[in-house]
Amino acid sequence: MYSEKVMDHFSNPRNVGEIENASGVGEVGNAKCGDIMKIYLDIENDIIKDVKFKTFGCGAAIATSSMATEMIKGKSISEALEITNKAVVEALDGLPPAKIHCSVLAEEAVKAAILDYYTQNGIEAPELSGCNGCCSGCDCHHE
Amino acid sequence: MSEKIYVDNAATTRLKPEVLEAMMPYLTEEYGNPSSIYSLSNKPKIAIENARSQVAKAIGADEKEVVFVSCATEADNWAVKGIAHAYKNKGNHIISTKIEHHAILHTLQSLEKEGFEVTYLDVDENGLVSVEDFKNAITDNTILATVIFVNNEIGTIQPIKEIGEIAKEKGIIFHTDSVQAIGHTPVDVKEMNIDMLSISAHKFYGPKGVGAMYVRKGIRIFPYMDGGAQENRKRAGTENVAGIVGLGKAIEMATENLDETMTKLSKLRDKLIERVLNEIPHVRLNGDREKRVCHNANFSFRFIEGEALLLSLDLKGILASSGSACTSGSLDPSHVLLAIGLPHEIAHGSLRVSFGDFNKEEDVDYIVENLKEIVARLRAMSPLYEAYERNGK
Repeated sequence: MYSEKVMDHFSNPRNVGEIENASGVGEVGNAKCGDIMKIYLDIENDIIKDVKFKTFGCGAAIATSSMATEMIKGKSISEALEITNKAVVEALDGLPPAKIHCSVLAEEAVKAAILDYYTQNGIEAPELSGCNGCCSGCDCHHE
Repeated sequence: MSEKIYVDNAATTRLKPEVLEAMMPYLTEEYGNPSSIYSLSNKPKIAIENARSQVAKAIGADEKEVVFVSCATEADNWAVKGIAHAYKNKGNHIISTKIEHHAILHTLQSLEKEGFEVTYLDVDENGLVSVEDFKNAITDNTILATVIFVNNEIGTIQPIKEIGEIAKEKGIIFHTDSVQAIGHTPVDVKEMNIDMLSISAHKFYGPKGVGAMYVRKGIRIFPYMDGGAQENRKRAGTENVAGIVGLGKAIEMATENLDETMTKLSKLRDKLIERVLNEIPHVRLNGDREKRVCHNANFSFRFIEGEALLLSLDLKGILASSGSACTSGSLDPSHVLLAIGLPHEIAHGSLRVSFGDFNKEEDVDYIVENLKEIVARLRAMSPLYEAYERNGK
């Protein structure tokens, strides 16, 4: 059902943990839906120096969190904002259709953490989509 | 770990060698159509009738009251829709429960669209239906009651005999889906006042794709499919001879060895329950502790999600199941876990372990040791656990 890449990131997730005094923290999803993703960023000079995550969710939720954190590590904020859920899915060699929402959650968690960084630093944020990653009642049309 | 530990016997079981042996002739040289009149069809014809008496004997019924079908879902559909349609002039009300299998629930929903009214009885926190609630739900229009004998997820055994007695008194036809019960707890249709009952062979070491329905003598039921005159004109379609023979052999073995099976499996179940509850924090047992089928254990582990748990167990060679949304194909966790009052986030973290004849006591130790590690690992990456640790609640 899952690709080898997904199983690899599920069994050996990268960047699990917390960052104390993080530059930005984003949490999306909710327990009712069965998945919550929390991402911690350490940002210096516009560069994501370190990133950690914690996820409550299925195998795909854990694997997408792991992959998304790998993809943004060392990148600039604007580069991180360009990473879409589709790119995360591709990097994992695909996800079953029912699990695409997990990749959406990962994209949104990154955005939420960056938004938090902007807020903490009084930076005016560019317009970010308002999806919370919970698919019941979602009308965002992600691929 | 090359050998798998299969503990999903409530989903399906492994065919017993004796059952396969009984089936083999009807997959090979005894291929005659039982409806034909030449000599090649004699043995298949006799074999079906032999299987019918094996089923009848196993549940305390008369041979004429047993009809073979393709699966228990067919039996459930047929029983519920068949009775509703045959008795609709008498009334349009049906009583059931909130913890039925989807084969019953979705059938009832389809009848509701036709104008039938259904009362879905609540269950208590252990998944038990109240006999008093059942009594109070009866109206002058009630024609049918259908209550699952043993719940497939949490293993709770319902007060079938008591419900059947009331139904009998009130002239209501009483059906029970006994898929999880056969071979795991005593079933006697006469003693328990059961009018109709659904059976599935692959839940007690028989083959998939075959089931049976018991219909008490005197009950009118319309055929579900139009076609030939098989099964005394009740169920058209060429008989699955090998499957029926396998069902007969499997149910005979399952009921003859019932006491032994119950003793063995409840020992494994109790050991698992005791160790998990004692050795893993923040866990609850779902389903009744006493009125529980011998092979089922169902837990909720707080702060983690069931599919991640199942995948991790699979990597260790342990095959089990969960009622989490991620395994159900919908966004909601199991309706059974919600019916016993679990909040969504706790229902998402459920695990069902169902033992079978092929399991050994060492399996329980292996499962517990791995569960401890896996639950700890998943909790270490759970933001819910982080929040709990931080707030102490």
